[in-house]
Amino acid sequence: MSLLDLSISELGRGLRAREFSSVELAEEALARVESLDGTLGAFLRTTPELALEQARAADRRLADGADPPALCGIPIGHKDVLCTKGVETTSGSRILEGFRPPYDATVVARLAQDGAVVVGKMNCDEFAMGSSNENSAFQPTVNPWNSERVPGGSSGGSAAAVAARLAVATLGTDTGGSVRLPASFCGVVGVKPSYGRVSRYGVIAFASSLDQVGPLAKTVEDAQLVLSSIAGPDRRDSTTAAAPVGDLARALQEGVRGLRLGIPREYLEAGLEDGVRGVFESACRWLEAEGAELVEVSLPSTQYALAAYYVIAPAEVSSNLARMDGIRFGPGEPRAPSLLEAYEQARNRGFGAEVRRRVALGTFVLSSGYYDAYYLRAQKVRTLVAQDFSRVFEKVDALISPTAPTPAFKLGERTQDPLAMYATDALTLPANLAGISGLSVPAGFTSGLPVGVQVLGPYLGEAMCLRVGAVVERAADVWRRVPAGFDG
Amino acid sequence: MAELEAVIGLEVHAQLLTRSKMFCGCRAEYLGLPPNSNTCPTCLGLPGALPAINRRAVEMTIRTALALGCRIPEFSKFDRKNYFYPDLPKGYQISQYDLPLSLGGHLEFEVDGERRSCGITRVHLEEDAGTLHHAGEIHTAKFSLVDLNRAGVPLMEIVGEPDLRSPREAPHYLRALRQLLLYLGVNDGNMEQGSLRCDANISLRPRGQREFGVKVEVKNMNSFRSLLAALEFEVRRQTAVIESGGRVHQETRGWSEAEQATVSQRSKEEAQDYRYFPEPDLPPLRVSRELVEELRAGLPEPPLRLKDRLLDQYGLSEDQAALLTERPQDAEYFQAMAAAGAPPRAAANWQIGPLQALCKESALAIEHSPVPAAELAALVRMVEAGEVSGTSGREVLAEAFASGRSPVELIKERGLIQVSDAEQMQAWVDLAIQQLPKAASDFQSGNDRALGPLVGAVRKASGGVANPDLASRLLRERLGRGGE
Repeated sequence: MSLLDLSISELGRGLRAREFSSVELAEEALARVESLDGTLGAFLRTTPELALEQARAADRRLADGADPPALCGIPIGHKDVLCTKGVETTSGSRILEGFRPPYDATVVARLAQDGAVVVGKMNCDEFAMGSSNENSAFQPTVNPWNSERVPGGSSGGSAAAVAARLAVATLGTDTGGSVRLPASFCGVVGVKPSYGRVSRYGVIAFASSLDQVGPLAKTVEDAQLVLSSIAGPDRRDSTTAAAPVGDLARALQEGVRGLRLGIPREYLEAGLEDGVRGVFESACRWLEAEGAELVEVSLPSTQYALAAYYVIAPAEVSSNLARMDGIRFGPGEPRAPSLLEAYEQARNRGFGAEVRRRVALGTFVLSSGYYDAYYLRAQKVRTLVAQDFSRVFEKVDALISPTAPTPAFKLGERTQDPLAMYATDALTLPANLAGISGLSVPAGFTSGLPVGVQVLGPYLGEAMCLRVGAVVERAADVWRRVPAGFDG
Repeated sequence: MAELEAVIGLEVHAQLLTRSKMFCGCRAEYLGLPPNSNTCPTCLGLPGALPAINRRAVEMTIRTALALGCRIPEFSKFDRKNYFYPDLPKGYQISQYDLPLSLGGHLEFEVDGERRSCGITRVHLEEDAGTLHHAGEIHTAKFSLVDLNRAGVPLMEIVGEPDLRSPREAPHYLRALRQLLLYLGVNDGNMEQGSLRCDANISLRPRGQREFGVKVEVKNMNSFRSLLAALEFEVRRQTAVIESGGRVHQETRGWSEAEQATVSQRSKEEAQDYRYFPEPDLPPLRVSRELVEELRAGLPEPPLRLKDRLLDQYGLSEDQAALLTERPQDAEYFQAMAAAGAPPRAAANWQIGPLQALCKESALAIEHSPVPAAELAALVRMVEAGEVSGTSGREVLAEAFASGRSPVELIKERGLIQVSDAEQMQAWVDLAIQQLPKAASDFQSGNDRALGPLVGAVRKASGGVANPDLASRLLRERLGRGGE
């Protein structure tokens, strides 16, 4: 039993009752990383000095007794795409090795303001491009439930660290499923907020029109607490929604009685593994038992979503990564006979294969003569996908589906086949295209591997996702299960 | 072969006089600052940093567009123009591609007093790049240093239609545009320092042909003179190509001041594909009709209309009106003098003449003149009323300019008010005739040149305060030539 097995509210009670201090909590987290992360690979680096400084400040705040925020003194980790002032931030890429941002991402600053304690930076697929964490330039992260399996990606380090109790909660980013997929594979809760609900300022961009920061945590309530801290308008990010966030905590208690929940027919078609189907069907029965009405719905544009996503996201990547010139950040001074060769050298050495593939893809689809056939058409598909969701949300309150068609797959299984890897996100990426809210909540296990249920809510419908997620979580009753080897 | 005519269109980039940069809170300044000192994560293009639109820059662009008679669509957006260059920290420039802030206007300008009009395709908004300092010549330098102080300064692009038909028209068009920007207070008009830049597209075609010829883009002209010289060079060059049976190649050429020639920079085949696409970090821009009307209501009187008014209302000469409307501050100063009761033509001459000379000497703009318009107006009034001589007036103005004191006070203090009192004047006239009997008799016998010394003697006798006009009249009468 570790302190890190506890939920945020349980830890909050302990901290307030002086059963343990925030410094002790941070030290325990750091010690667990030290002893357990060697094979797991969830952390790219720990930040002990920062953590202890923040923990001491949190302890003072707790001692002041002036009702500190729920996250005060809680050890967290940040996906390495989030800029942390003075702390190396690489996005899992060689090209940013040694880059110490002179500023904090808005989400990092907001959590710091609420007293959270940063213990480290989490491993991820390079520039968040991947579904298995195997695209990290530095190390793969493995699945805490089975070290031969992937943790999912791209926020694999963030999910694995929470599952292994190395951090109480973490932040990830979700561009096509990068929070929800690893949450499902690692048996934790992951929220993908609606586009614009959370500031992207200081988030090293993958695909700007799709990226959202979201929490990974053991429980729906923990995820809600982190989300409440980071969500809301930010004048530094013009794409944030102006609407106030409201009280998300209330949603956790509301239950699902009287809600109409839609099951998208297209999400249960090809490739759904039986074990996953079984877990999903039990979740459906629990929700019905709690008073929800389940109806089958159709999202007919789903079949085109993956293709549209793999045009739009790479297009934005090709432009977003142009600033990685190998001169201002990164490992070395380029020594090349010409400017062009300096760029080529730095980017060929600095970017991994998947990143290069997507930059090439994106450059192609934006090229003159191809723009209309690819980028413009993909944007039209994107509109259709969004219309599908708007139409069903006139009839249902939320949608439920498996988060992924399979549980965590084996390391190396899909690395040689990019298309198979891309298909991993088939059930998650439509929500990014539409900009709606979503969440993955652990609902059970198949062959010892966790299975998540995805809840999709309307635009700015985070409360609805949490509401349904909380009911699944209570019925499933699995969140206290700790992967073997991490339960000491 | 039919005579060839030139078809020219100008693209003008103008830095906006906003306080902050286009997409971040840094000051929109870069001259004379230590390299990279006026920067932040956003204008450095650091990973993770995001842009936020400068509202004032949007308003200035809309005002310019309205002054050019453009339409302002309700919906506009920013796009990314992608290319690699060390002065472009993000690897793309945020610009506007297919939905600019404004479309379809025109600019009125004059060529030797003749009014012309040139279509304006669009006015849009983008961000400036940084500056490079090469250690030597660009192609041989061992290294180049990047200064990003200028990166992100708001840049307005005014794209003109290919409506100009001779190189000579181009500088006139540019002058009129520059003047308009100064009137709007959106740009400082400095071409040498590059806050106002001009590129030109030029092609030739047989006169009477409707289709355009192959166009060449000419860059790097940083004065009116180099604009004219570059275009005249291009006409000669392209004419020679066509007349020798060759074909003009579509390309970008740069004006070389040293060689007084345009030099090929890159051909059409080497042209970059900028891969424009909508900037996902910025929401589309909706421009409300209320804002447009509010900005329209605040527009200044256009320079040419103001000039017409000065001609009509004050009876100025063409030259006076042109000089006084070059900058809005000039016209303001003049109108303030007129409003303070100075006779307009005289006021204009005093402003264009002695005052401008003084301002130029001390490198001061007229609006910063230590002699305010009302005080100069009072001085002009006195000179025109004959109370002070023109010479004294100019001396007093110079002194007032240097000391900041009021000219009228200085006149009173020095007793420079001209005496026109008839009895007193008679006495001085008599004295002068006594002193210069030879001149008096010469004048009497028809030598006009003898009057000058006599007037001088009157002035001397009076200690400089005798009204010279009155003195010469009285001398004429006294010496029997009053009727002439």
